[in-house]
Amino acid sequence: MSVEALAQADSETARPMDLLRFATAGSVDDGKSTLIGRLLYDTKSLFTDQLAAVEAVSAARGDEYTNLALLTDGLRAEREQGITIDVAYRYFATPRRKFIIADTPGHIQYTRNMVTGASTADLALILVDARKGLVEQSRRHAFLCSLLRVPHLVLCVNKMDLVDWSEEVFERISDEFTAFAAKLDVPDLTVVPISALKGDNIVSRSENMPWYEGPSLLHHLERVHIASDRNLVDVRFPVQYVIRPQSTTVTDYRGYAGQVASGVLKPGDEVMVLPSGFTSRIASVETADGPVAEAFPPMSVTVRLTDEIDISRGDLICRPNNAPAVAQDIEAMVCWMDETRPLQIGGKYAIKHTTRSARAIVRGLHYRLDINSLHRDDAAGELKLNEIGRVRLRTTVPLLADEYRRNRTTGGFVIIDEATNRTVGAGMIVEMG
Amino acid sequence: MTSPAAYQVSHLDALEAESIFVMREVVAEMERPVLLFSGGKDSIVMLRLAQKAFAPANIPFPVMHVDTGHNFPEVIEYRDQRVAELGLHLIVASVPEALAAGLVRESADGMRNRIQTPVLLDAVEKHRFDALFGGARRDEEKARAKERVFSFRDEFGQWDPKNQRPELWSLYNGRHHPGESIRVFPLSNWTELDVWHYIARERIPLPSIYYAHEREVIERDGMLYAVNEFIRPKAGEERFKAQVRYRTVGDASCTAAVRSDADTVEKVIEEVAATRITERGATRGDDRVSEAAMEDRKREGYF
Repeated sequence: MSVEALAQADSETARPMDLLRFATAGSVDDGKSTLIGRLLYDTKSLFTDQLAAVEAVSAARGDEYTNLALLTDGLRAEREQGITIDVAYRYFATPRRKFIIADTPGHIQYTRNMVTGASTADLALILVDARKGLVEQSRRHAFLCSLLRVPHLVLCVNKMDLVDWSEEVFERISDEFTAFAAKLDVPDLTVVPISALKGDNIVSRSENMPWYEGPSLLHHLERVHIASDRNLVDVRFPVQYVIRPQSTTVTDYRGYAGQVASGVLKPGDEVMVLPSGFTSRIASVETADGPVAEAFPPMSVTVRLTDEIDISRGDLICRPNNAPAVAQDIEAMVCWMDETRPLQIGGKYAIKHTTRSARAIVRGLHYRLDINSLHRDDAAGELKLNEIGRVRLRTTVPLLADEYRRNRTTGGFVIIDEATNRTVGAGMIVEMG
Repeated sequence: MTSPAAYQVSHLDALEAESIFVMREVVAEMERPVLLFSGGKDSIVMLRLAQKAFAPANIPFPVMHVDTGHNFPEVIEYRDQRVAELGLHLIVASVPEALAAGLVRESADGMRNRIQTPVLLDAVEKHRFDALFGGARRDEEKARAKERVFSFRDEFGQWDPKNQRPELWSLYNGRHHPGESIRVFPLSNWTELDVWHYIARERIPLPSIYYAHEREVIERDGMLYAVNEFIRPKAGEERFKAQVRYRTVGDASCTAAVRSDADTVEKVIEEVAATRITERGATRGDDRVSEAAMEDRKREGYF
């Protein structure tokens, strides 16, 4: 067989591994830790010394079962209090994909952590206990995933073994959640009946639930189509750093380094630089390994232009006929993350948006959202820790921004307290004036 | 227009792009960054990423080695050669010098892992570094699993796990007051296997001790330690020759070797993919002190 024919025959396995980031939300009660433990264990990503350490600690504490939550709850405070207080990152891989799990605590007082984990996720996994069905927490998680525009949502109906593998129970929960998700504008929803403890529908299809015809959870995670989630239409290249070698061998070099936020950049393309509005053409797209024919997300490259124009960090390269807004009045959904001081009307903050920094003043708070009922409170005067509301901001310099629903990179920003330097809020742009 | 499927990147390319982005953010926003370079595989990969992030310009920051004095000669040789090739400025923060000057005192067990922290902090203060690149990965250890890419340290270099800044999207907050600093971990999302795949793909040379070789060892606490000037057999410990390699490279007095026949990068990848023990669990005496040994060291300013 020729090399080409071999490659052809082998194309399924020869396909390079890609990367899927997913967030999980829930509490120990839902069996989330058991599920993660099982995914790690069944993909051989859990090591015997880690397992032995967890078993030893569980036994010493008198737990009746090996508490897999101890795998991720590594901090002293977490172990002492038996709670998860922060996002933990876990890694596993199959021959098809590498997975990064952002494991977040589920309780309302950790909304901040869930928002953080969801911000970079391609997919979110929500667990419910089949015996209890949807609870307030499940709806809240679904809402936060839709707010953060996580493209794929998976509802795992867990503990199916405890409801006698009942199709009826599963269908009822599935229908209820699907109806709720439709109101939230969730682009892709999959519902899987599982038993994390017994391993049903985790790696392979369960024999206990012949009525379920969908894929196992891992099968779905391995194959869910994420390539088209990326925006390849709107060219957005925030300039991160200007490379100008001070060298005798490389002279007159000026390159604009950055990571492609969206769109495809090619040599010869006509481009516009914001906020100046000057236009030029792409001379080359370079990496340390040589020039490339195209750059697309999430590549980190260096773009060179045919004209000498003044460009610095925080500027943005786009196409003349498809540009983001250049705006100082921003309407955004803001999740407040600081326990010490609330967001207040009239408050002044630093913000970081793409590679651009600015100062901003809070001009107004339209409403605060009750994230359990989705009720809007128009009378709210501030946002406290873990509260979400619609806020109007005025910035000192224009932001080069898109609506968050169109572009997660050019639509998201963080709010920083100028006195403490802490990150105190996350914003998702709704519209610009 | 081409189909979206054509615009796929491999997981290694995605990790590389993310790490390069992180390094460029630091250089764009911070005043005095430095890269911690020990000659270990993670810091070697980090150095390659730094080369890529700023090409064709040179790496725009110095490198620093916290030298415990307990070194593997192969690693020091590699360090010096690499620094010379890249024309880097190397700063050595020396634990033996700090001992001689009375800044730190040798601990009872002779391990220098803990006393290297004040030496590191002293060098940071002296050189006024405000950003320190470290090669730590989140898959290494459970306390590290919760650490940010940009990890804030107060004026005492301390990490407060309960008071970490939320880190959303790729918006990293490096703001700090004078005297405070940020530890930056560009390899946060890499696993041991990713590092090895990258070493293979980029054909990055490593110190020879990462590959299988014959060495005189003793067995202690279930681990194989090389017999050298820092580790002498105690009564009842037998010296023997074994085919070993190092999975991690740290202080020579507390880093153990593993039995291995993997003498090429491909064989190491096979071995790492099949192993059922974490790299720190297999090789680090310092992590065995307690369940939260790493967290405790990190709070004091360790990497």
